[in-house]
Amino acid sequence: MRSIKSLEEIRRIIILHKRWDMIFMITGVIALMIAILTFMALFAHMLINGMPRLSWEFFTSFPSRHPESAGILSAWVGTTLVMLVTAIAAVPLGIGSGIYLEEYAPKNFLTEIIEINVTNLAGVPSIIYGLLALGLFVYQFGFGQSILAAGLALALLILPVVIVATREAIRSIPITIREGAYALGATKWQTVSDHILPYSSAGILTGIIIGLARAIGETAPIITIGALTFIAFLPPSPVKNEFPYISFEWLTAPFTVMPIQMFNWVSRPEEAFQLNAAAAGLVLVVMTLAMNGLAIYLRYRMRKNIKW
Amino acid sequence: MQIDHKQIAESAQYKSEVKNLSFFYGEFNALKNINMVLHDKKITALIGPSGCGKSTFLRCFNRMHDLYPGNRYEGEIILHPDDVNILASNVDPIEVRMRISMVFQKPNPFPKSIYENVAYGLRVRGIKQRALLDEKVEVALRNSALWDEVKDRLHNLAFNLSGGQQQRLCIARALATDPEILLFDEPTSALDPIATASIEELITDLKTKVAILIVTHNMQQAARVSDYTAYMYLGELIEFNVTDTIFIKPKNKQTEDYITGRFG
Amino acid sequence: MAEESQNKLVYAGKLGYSFRRHLHERFIEIFLFLSAILSIAIMLAIIAMLLKESIVFFRQVSIWEFLTDTQWTPLFDDAHYGILPLISGTMVSSMIALLVALPMGTIIAIYLSEFAPFTVREIAKPFLELLGGVPTVVYGYFALLFVTPLLQTIFPELPGFNLLSAGLVMGIMIIPYVSSMTEDAMRAVPMNLREGSYAMGATRYQTAIRVVMPAAFSGIAAAYILGISRAVGETMVVAIAAGMQPNLTWNPMEPAATITAYIVQVSLGDLPHGSIGYQTIFAAGLTLLLITLVFNIIGHLLRKRYREIY
Repeated sequence: MRSIKSLEEIRRIIILHKRWDMIFMITGVIALMIAILTFMALFAHMLINGMPRLSWEFFTSFPSRHPESAGILSAWVGTTLVMLVTAIAAVPLGIGSGIYLEEYAPKNFLTEIIEINVTNLAGVPSIIYGLLALGLFVYQFGFGQSILAAGLALALLILPVVIVATREAIRSIPITIREGAYALGATKWQTVSDHILPYSSAGILTGIIIGLARAIGETAPIITIGALTFIAFLPPSPVKNEFPYISFEWLTAPFTVMPIQMFNWVSRPEEAFQLNAAAAGLVLVVMTLAMNGLAIYLRYRMRKNIKW
Repeated sequence: MQIDHKQIAESAQYKSEVKNLSFFYGEFNALKNINMVLHDKKITALIGPSGCGKSTFLRCFNRMHDLYPGNRYEGEIILHPDDVNILASNVDPIEVRMRISMVFQKPNPFPKSIYENVAYGLRVRGIKQRALLDEKVEVALRNSALWDEVKDRLHNLAFNLSGGQQQRLCIARALATDPEILLFDEPTSALDPIATASIEELITDLKTKVAILIVTHNMQQAARVSDYTAYMYLGELIEFNVTDTIFIKPKNKQTEDYITGRFG
Repeated sequence: MAEESQNKLVYAGKLGYSFRRHLHERFIEIFLFLSAILSIAIMLAIIAMLLKESIVFFRQVSIWEFLTDTQWTPLFDDAHYGILPLISGTMVSSMIALLVALPMGTIIAIYLSEFAPFTVREIAKPFLELLGGVPTVVYGYFALLFVTPLLQTIFPELPGFNLLSAGLVMGIMIIPYVSSMTEDAMRAVPMNLREGSYAMGATRYQTAIRVVMPAAFSGIAAAYILGISRAVGETMVVAIAAGMQPNLTWNPMEPAATITAYIVQVSLGDLPHGSIGYQTIFAAGLTLLLITLVFNIIGHLLRKRYREIY
C-alpha cells in the first residue's frame, strides 16, 4: 500500500494547490485592475486637459485657427446628421435581414452563405468599408464627399451588429408563442409584426444603440471617403419655411464629424489644440459611454422582466 | 379497422370525417391510414403511449404541420357542413385555423394584456370595432370561467396569472373567434390537480357549443370527460368507439392491455 | 353556462385561398429576403471595388515588385511600390497589441468565469463592455499624449511617434473583445464537467486550466482570432501614435506606418480620382482584406467545430 500517501502528505499537497488558486486569483484581479486603471487614466487625462475648454461657446463655435475660439459646432451637427442617415438605412435593413434569417429563411445553401457572410462582414476592418464607400458611393453613385455617403458607409458597417442583435432577440422567443399565434389564424407576417417584433424590441433596440455608439466613434471610414477636417459652416437645414417644408439638400453637403474634428486637433503640434482634442474626446466618450450604458441597462432590465 | 357505425351514429351529426389520413415528417411515416369521425358537440379523446402520433394527428386538424418544411399529408380531413377537405393544397391553412382553434400543452399566453390576448384572434381577422371586441372578449372569458377573476384587471399583463388561469385564458383566446372545432393538446399536463379539475369541467361545459378533440395521456381524464375515445399506437388508429365501450369492453387486445396498464 | 355571443363569426363556405392576403405576405417576404441578401451584395461590392482599382494598379506595378520592394513611396517622384514596410509596421504593432491583449484577456476571462464572486462579475462585465465602446480615436489620443510621454520617462530616446505605444494601447483596447468571447466560451462548458473535476478533489485553478479551458478550446481560439483581426485592421491608434512614415523595421521603438495608417494618410490629402496614388490605397486595402479574411475564415471554422461539441 505504498501508493497511498499519508494524511500529512495529502494535506501538504492540498495547501500547495490552494496556493496556486490564490496566486491565480490575485493575477486575475491585477489584470482586471490594469484594464480598469488604464481607462481611469485615459478618462482623467482627458478630464484634466479638456474640462477647462468645455463651455457653451465650445459647442456653438466653428473650428478656427485660434485654438481658444475653436469649437465643435459643425462637428456635432455633422455627427447628428450622419447618424440620422445611418440609423434610417441600417435599422430597417438590419431588422429585416434578422427577421428573414430567423423566421423565413429555408435551411439551404444560400441561407448558410448569408449567415457565414454576416459573420465575415463583422470582421472586416472598418477602413475597408471606407474604401467601398469611396469607390461606390462617392464616385460610382456620385454622392460626393457628403453626409449621405458617410451615413451609408457607417450603415453598412453596423449592419452586422443590428442583424446579430435582432437574431438573438428573436431566437429567445419560444416556439409556443409562434404556434399560439398561428393557431388563431394569424399569417406569418401578422405573427412577426404582432408578436415576434414587439417581444424582441428591447433586444433589438439594445443592438441598435450599440451599433450607433460604434458608428459615432468611427473615424477611419469617414476619413477615407474624404470628409473635410475644417468646416466653418453648417449644412442646409432639413426644415424649411416654405412648402414643402422639408429639404434634403443637407444630404449632399460637405461635413465633418466629432471624431474627425478630434483627430484633426490631436495631429496638430500646438498644445492648445491638443487641449481642444481632449475636450472633444471627452464629449465623444461621454456620448458613447452613455449610449453603451443605456444598452447595458436595457439588457439588464430585459433579463429581469421577461422569463419565458 | 372497422368503425361500428350503428353504435356510434346515435343522434349526433359528424362535424368532421378523417379518410385514409397518412402523415409524413420527411421520410418518417408518422400516421398510417387513419379513418375516424368527429361528432359535433361531443368530446373525442385521443389516447395512446408517448410517440404514438396522437399529437401529430391533432395538429393535422388545423394544419400546424404546414409551419415546418418537409411535412406531407396524404388522405383527407373533411370539414362539415361545407364538405371541404381541409388538407387540400388549395385550402389556405390560415383559413382552416380561423375555424378550428387549438389549445396547447403548456399555457402560452402572449406577453400582452389579458384583453389583447383574447382579442388577438379577432384582430387577426381585421375586426376593429371596439364594441364588438369588448363583447366577444367578455363572452369568451365568461365561457372559459375566467371573467369573474379578471374582469377588474383586463389590461394587466397575462403573465401575472397563475398557470391554471393562463390555460383558461388560452381557452378563452381560442373560443373568442367562434371556432367550429376546439383542439386540446394535453391541456392539463402542466397544471396542478385543482387547476386540472377546473379545466376538465370547462371542457365538459364547452361541448354544448363545439366539437372537441382532446389529446390526453391520462386515461382517467379521457374516461371522465370524453364521449368517444380513440386509441392509437405507432401511428395507427387501433380502436375508436364510444368511451364506455373502450374502457369497459374494448374489442382489441392491444387496447385492453393499454387500458388495464399491462402495456409497456 | 356556455353563453352565445350575439355576433357570431361565420366562415362557412369561405375555405379557399385569399389572393390578396398572399400577395401582401409575398411582398413582405421579398423585402425581407432582399435585406438579407444585401449582406452578400456588400461583400461582393467590397471585393469588386478593391479588385477593380487594384487591377489597374497592378497593370502599372508588377506583383513581384509589390511583394519584394523594400520601399513604399508612391507619392514621391522616385516612386517605389513595395508593401513590405507597411506589412512590417502592421505586424509589429499587432504583435505588441496581442502580447498585451491575449494573456490579459484570457486571465480576466478565467477569473471572471471561474473565480470571481457574483457581484464582481456583474460589475466588471459591463465595465469591460464600456471599455470596448470607447472610440478608437480617443485611444489614439491617449497613446500619443499619455502613454508615449510616460514611456519616454523610461526610454528617453523614444521618439514621439512609435509602434510601441500604439501597440500597447491597441492591446488594452482589444482586451474586452478577447475577454468577453473567451468568457462566453468558458461559460458554455457544461456545469457537470466542472462538478466532475471538483468531485475528484481538484481546486478551482486546476479545474479551470485542465478541464474548462481544453473543453472551451475552439471558442477561445476563435476569440484570439477575432483579436488578431481587430489588431491588424485597427486604424486610428496607429495613425495617430505611430506616425505615418512607411518604414521597414521590426523595432517597436521606431515610428512606422501600417497598411491602415497609409490609407488614412492618402485620404487626408487630396488625391485625384483615378491617379496611381488613389489606386494604391485600394491595393493596400485588398492586402488588408485578404489578411483579415484568412483569419476570419479560420475563426469561423473553429466556431463551427465548437458548436458541434455542445
